[in-house]
Amino acid sequence: MPDVGDDPCFDDAAGRLIRPYTVSGGRTRPKSHFDLMTMVLTTGTVARNELEPDHAQVLELCEKPMTVAEIAARLRMPVTVTKVLLSDLMEHGAVVTRTIELPSAGDYLVNLGTLEAVLDGLRKRL
Amino acid sequence: MVSANGSDVVAANPLPMAVKILVAGGFGVGKTTFVGAISEIEPLSTEELLTEVSAATDRLDGVENKATTTVAMDFGRITLSPRHVLYLFGTPGQERFWFLWDELSAGALGAVVLADTRRLEHSFAALDFFERRGIPFLVAVNQFDGAHRYRAQEIRAALDLGPEVPVVLCDARVPNSGIEVLLSLVQHLINSRRRHGHAG
Repeated sequence: MPDVGDDPCFDDAAGRLIRPYTVSGGRTRPKSHFDLMTMVLTTGTVARNELEPDHAQVLELCEKPMTVAEIAARLRMPVTVTKVLLSDLMEHGAVVTRTIELPSAGDYLVNLGTLEAVLDGLRKRL
Repeated sequence: MVSANGSDVVAANPLPMAVKILVAGGFGVGKTTFVGAISEIEPLSTEELLTEVSAATDRLDGVENKATTTVAMDFGRITLSPRHVLYLFGTPGQERFWFLWDELSAGALGAVVLADTRRLEHSFAALDFFERRGIPFLVAVNQFDGAHRYRAQEIRAALDLGPEVPVVLCDARVPNSGIEVLLSLVQHLINSRRRHGHAG
């Protein structure tokens, strides 16, 4: 018999009665910001067979660097859902990311060096 | 070489940097063709579920219901170097609410507004959007077979574009033509950055 006066979610014999993610409203707040162009790569520290199928699928896609947009498209999942899966993986240290550094939020101007690199790369495509 | 000019300040990061350019314009103007011709992959589609559609809709075309809308974006990819990958996002012409997707335009290098000389007015929404947000863009006139060939100057006047906005002609079906458009856009971005004295 659990001690209801103490914590209704905890049974002395069975332990926690509600899974952590349910307590936190389904998902925890992402520790890092993901946008469409965030590049994601697996760290290789978490085995896919330890994960839920959706997470495992995301992890498999990120064995080569891949953007959030491309992961979502290949999984045929909305971007929002993809980001939730990614933030889970991020919290487990399963992936690392790179997001383009903008001078400030809402600033559309990337740095000149990046623009020149894009120009060089495009010229080689001609 | 990309890395020779010191442009890569985050050299320690093993991940390439992904940047994006938007390809906008009215329905049927050739955005999908444009993206598909240049992309190294079969264009992919990614979608986002947007709510509060009415919030940014001040048009009088009868869309006043608050609802959720799935906005799908087709995009292609061009690997420019081991350090830089360019994504091209085409905004579906039949989708009226793509401009609600702030994340799509945030951080974009700039935009290509494709125009069809037979339906120039279909470009107005995209032009307005980029002008208001201060997103740099150029106008690329897709030269459709059988359409009258106008000079860039005539198109500039018809679209009421400022002198700083480049107008180029292209054939969306031809990869090199699309690359030339992107080169014009990026050169325009670099020139205006230098003119305004931003070193980077």
